[in-house]
Amino acid sequence: MLYIALVFALVLGAAFPLGRYMAAIFERRVTWLRPVELGFYRLAGVDETRSMTWQAYAVALLLLSLIHFFLLYGILRLQYYLPFNPQHIAGMSPRLAFNTAASFTTNTNWQAYLPEGQISNGAQMLGLAVHMFLSAAAGIAAAAAVMRAFTASALKSLGNFYVDLTRITLYLLLPITLVAAVLLVVAGCPQTLAPFISGHTLQGGSQTIAIGPVALQEAIKQLGTNGGGFFNANSGHPFENPNAWTNLLENWLLLVIGFALPISFGHMVKETAQGRTLMAAMAIILALGCVGAYAAEAAGNPLHTAAGVARSGGNWEGKEVRFGIPASTTFNVSATGTSTGAVDSFTDSYTPLGGLVPMFLMQLGEVSPGGVGSGFYTVIVFTLLSVFVAGLMVGRTPEYLGKKVQEKEIKLAMLGVLILTLFILAGAGFSLITASGVGSLANTGPHGLSEMLYAWTSATENNGSAFAGLSADTPLLDYGLGAAMLFGRFAFMIPVLAIAGSLAAKPKLPESAGTFPTTGPLFIGLLIGVIIILGGLQFMPADTLGPLAEHFLLHAGKAF
Amino acid sequence: MSLFDGAIIRRAALDSLAKLNPVTLMRNPVIFFTEIISALTSFVAVEDIVQHQPYGFPLVIAIWLWLTVLFATFAEAMAEGRGRARAESLKRARSETMAKLLVDPRDRAIFKLTPASDLCQGDIVLVKAGDIIPSDAEVIEGVASVNESAVTGESAPVVREAGGDRSAVTGGTQLVSDWLVLRITADAGSTFLDRMIALVEGAERRKTPNEIALNILLAGLTLIFLIAVITLVGFGHYSGTSFSIPVLAALLVCLIPTTIGGLLSAIGIAGMDRLVRFNVVATSGRAVEAAGDVDALLLDKTGTITFGNRMASAFFPVSGAAERDLAEACALASLGDDTPEGRSILALARERYNIVPQRSESATVIPFSANTRMSGLDFAGQSYRKGAVDSVLKSLGVEGGAAFAEAATRIGRAGSTPLAVTANGKLLGLIELKDIVKPGIKERFAAMRSMGIRTVMVTGDNRITAAAIAAEAGVDDYIAEATPQNKLDYIRMVQGEGRLVAMCGDGTNDAPALAQADVGVAMQTGTQAAREAGNMVDLDSDPTKLIEIVEIGKQLLITRGALTTFSIANDISKYFAILPAIFVITYPQLSALNVMHLRTPESAILSAVIFNALIIVALVPLALRGVKFRPVGAAALLKRNLLVYGLGGLVAPFAGIKLIDMALGVFNIFS
Repeated sequence: MLYIALVFALVLGAAFPLGRYMAAIFERRVTWLRPVELGFYRLAGVDETRSMTWQAYAVALLLLSLIHFFLLYGILRLQYYLPFNPQHIAGMSPRLAFNTAASFTTNTNWQAYLPEGQISNGAQMLGLAVHMFLSAAAGIAAAAAVMRAFTASALKSLGNFYVDLTRITLYLLLPITLVAAVLLVVAGCPQTLAPFISGHTLQGGSQTIAIGPVALQEAIKQLGTNGGGFFNANSGHPFENPNAWTNLLENWLLLVIGFALPISFGHMVKETAQGRTLMAAMAIILALGCVGAYAAEAAGNPLHTAAGVARSGGNWEGKEVRFGIPASTTFNVSATGTSTGAVDSFTDSYTPLGGLVPMFLMQLGEVSPGGVGSGFYTVIVFTLLSVFVAGLMVGRTPEYLGKKVQEKEIKLAMLGVLILTLFILAGAGFSLITASGVGSLANTGPHGLSEMLYAWTSATENNGSAFAGLSADTPLLDYGLGAAMLFGRFAFMIPVLAIAGSLAAKPKLPESAGTFPTTGPLFIGLLIGVIIILGGLQFMPADTLGPLAEHFLLHAGKAF
Repeated sequence: MSLFDGAIIRRAALDSLAKLNPVTLMRNPVIFFTEIISALTSFVAVEDIVQHQPYGFPLVIAIWLWLTVLFATFAEAMAEGRGRARAESLKRARSETMAKLLVDPRDRAIFKLTPASDLCQGDIVLVKAGDIIPSDAEVIEGVASVNESAVTGESAPVVREAGGDRSAVTGGTQLVSDWLVLRITADAGSTFLDRMIALVEGAERRKTPNEIALNILLAGLTLIFLIAVITLVGFGHYSGTSFSIPVLAALLVCLIPTTIGGLLSAIGIAGMDRLVRFNVVATSGRAVEAAGDVDALLLDKTGTITFGNRMASAFFPVSGAAERDLAEACALASLGDDTPEGRSILALARERYNIVPQRSESATVIPFSANTRMSGLDFAGQSYRKGAVDSVLKSLGVEGGAAFAEAATRIGRAGSTPLAVTANGKLLGLIELKDIVKPGIKERFAAMRSMGIRTVMVTGDNRITAAAIAAEAGVDDYIAEATPQNKLDYIRMVQGEGRLVAMCGDGTNDAPALAQADVGVAMQTGTQAAREAGNMVDLDSDPTKLIEIVEIGKQLLITRGALTTFSIANDISKYFAILPAIFVITYPQLSALNVMHLRTPESAILSAVIFNALIIVALVPLALRGVKFRPVGAAALLKRNLLVYGLGGLVAPFAGIKLIDMALGVFNIFS
């Protein structure tokens, strides 16, 4: 518990100054790398004074994502012929390359491939790491565009996507990543272009130890809530996450921007209390998740306890003894609460309730605090829905920060929620009827159901973490989950940008005593309630057949 | 009219059946969807009966699903029924009348009897005492008194005359005296009365913007839960569970927001109805909704903030004169003054000094003239005068002295009017005629302020007077020396800040401002132009009502929000009732989720469905009456309503479903 409190204190403490700094980045007040920034604009032919409507902004974002999607697809297919491939790893199959390209373009970082064996160091750096920056920056840029919608009356423009992208990468992601990478190297992460090391084990056998440019990728993997590990074991691998200090650092990195964004928002709309309120709602959901998962894991597995094989102090299966239960559960819950998808322990081996927590956090729409950018704008969608449902109760047409919430916004917001629900439930439900889907499962019974549900949830919500136990490189899952990732990202983001465009154009009404208050504990409670009821309730039947059923079966002495 | 009038309920019960027609029900997506599910479940039940399968459970579920739909249509029918009662009385006024169509407008002797329904705009007709006015019209000649009780419910006749602000007459009202020549202003079928009937019957009801948005939210939720229930088939298939259609139907209908979906249109109709009951007719639901959003009220000073007339409030004797003598002189000077001001002076003298002067036969009344600006009374060689201070002083040829001048100025500053009073050519002092602010109005404005609504006083007075009265009444702002143009400018300015403005007016020159305002309430006594420009008409012509109109608008929105919150919060408990019930065959251990300890799976599902249906009926009175509005400010209001309807909505169904399950147990149903 103390560990959870420590993580929260470090993250929230840093989020305030960082949020303020990020607001300055969005408002173009930060200029310490101005010559470099201008250089990029000149190089790319970007007119930084041009302002974009929401449509132009969305088109720019989509176009860039599309180009990078094909670029990455090409790199993955052709990696055999590309440099920095000391292991001579072959090109990916079309469907795996599609799945991986979709995964990294959408900031999901779902890994259906085995990193050590199916991707070269060069592809990791040029293909994946670049996308970890770009997809994260694109998400943050979209969030910045949404923030601008609330700043003034009758706005036509949401900003300039290219400028936002450049500034976010240059002033935010790169500096923090570099510092963090250095810290990781100091702590023992490798950062090299040398080929894998061959070693001899004590038993006399030989072993290949995979290494590569790990530290840099590790830093952006966490900071950009990407989650795609350099190694299959992800942050459970000693090269990715050598010790308890790096574990804490990585945990901090993956949360900090997500929590800083609402603070930036507060500065942008010149009402810091509004930002703090959103941050509080995010933090409370995450804290409940951390405490819940920790409690479930610390309670241990009743079967192990009964058999007398349990190590004292909870369920240790699938966890690194380097980190222990609190650090492991906090890390995994943080990673699912942020759409990072990195893991330092294996959710598949968690107790059913311990595994339900990360899954439910994703199903809630990744709002605690969610992926960089995407978490923020998803919270805004739920905020608008909360304001709309409960705002009528003060006797006025609902408004948020002076912008009236009307037909168009509700239509778009519901469309977004509908798309997420459709891909998660229809995807998992359909896969479980097909022989191919069932064949991918490592376990039977409700645990198998959880594996499949988790996969579709993780892909649609752009989380990317895996429950493990699922063989994901099948045609059904490669293409299906790939589509889920693309729709979960863009079919949600575009309605959100449309909402921003619609709200931006509206007059910003002055606040009065009759205005629905959107700060304070009451609104925080309301927002959490709406997130759970409108965002999570639809998954309850499926969750009941998965983790909940398993939980009660486990306590009745039945395991899968 | 009581909420549960027997005749209305009987009629509503019949109407609710007619409303099951899917074509009309399509306007309400949630309930339409429920109807489809009910039909599907019925089909399954019939199939089971025909195939001699056990049919008890599907049949009961089908019946209760149909009842859910029926209760929703009943709620709407109830709301309409209450409006219809009002419409019936209006229709009686529209009974077929014969109009005297003038062939030559200048000659009142020759007319052609024409049915009112054949009249067109621009026709000139004659009405005589006792005639029913055939259609909406403007008086072009004559003065007469008209009984407008058919429209307003007020039986005291009102004067209508050509020109000015009292030239509009309404079809269906009756001429009590004299005659009028009218120019018809509305074609048959589109008169004020016709529109009113259509509005209160709900026939012309169009969904308001907010209602449309809410419907989209509800339809979206319905789709989301549809996905959740359909995909459950896949999850069930994997888990080795198959669900029957009635079970899935029950789960789905319980999860979709049927409560608010069923009551939504009733809430809207009831809101309009509350206005009608208040003798205000809105031309659209949009206007009622806008009334709830209003941020600024433009209120006429006279009649709304102050009593229409100035009233004597104090005597100020000059040095050397007794106050009682002054009071007596005032009373005598006003003896022949029949204006409200004059009567108020007599009343004050009687109240303060018990002076009740008698008017003798020989007394001569000197009426007020614009020339002298004085009035008074001469009798038995005595003369008493009161009048404008400067005129009186000039006529006497004296200076009032410093104290007198100072008193006069002070009275003027306070927003009152000083009158100088003389007896036999000697200056006795001043009387203050005050614009009396209505008691309680200041508190109402304070309540408005706590709701975030600014009150703005509109007056023709000069700035000094206006400022004084504005301060006394506690308004937030005022428009002094108001003209139609500066009223319009003010409204545009406030709207430019993004605020919504409500105002009321009656004259033709108010029409532009009424049209510009977001909520424009025209007085029924006003001109046709004003009535056309506004989006509400107050049949009582009481400008104070603007405040109540705002409250009714807010109440409408609050009721909608409260029931939406309640409906959505209900879902949690239904999961706890239904999910363990449908999964328990596959995973008996899931009965741990049956926190309500419902007896059997069938009983649990049925109890949830019954609760879901009955809650609609239980909330009909609330939907019709509206959630009580409290002017306490948004934060306090939200706290209260969230507690009652949010938390209440979370908890209430747990108790309700448990009780229904126990009741079913008493009768051994599904045990």
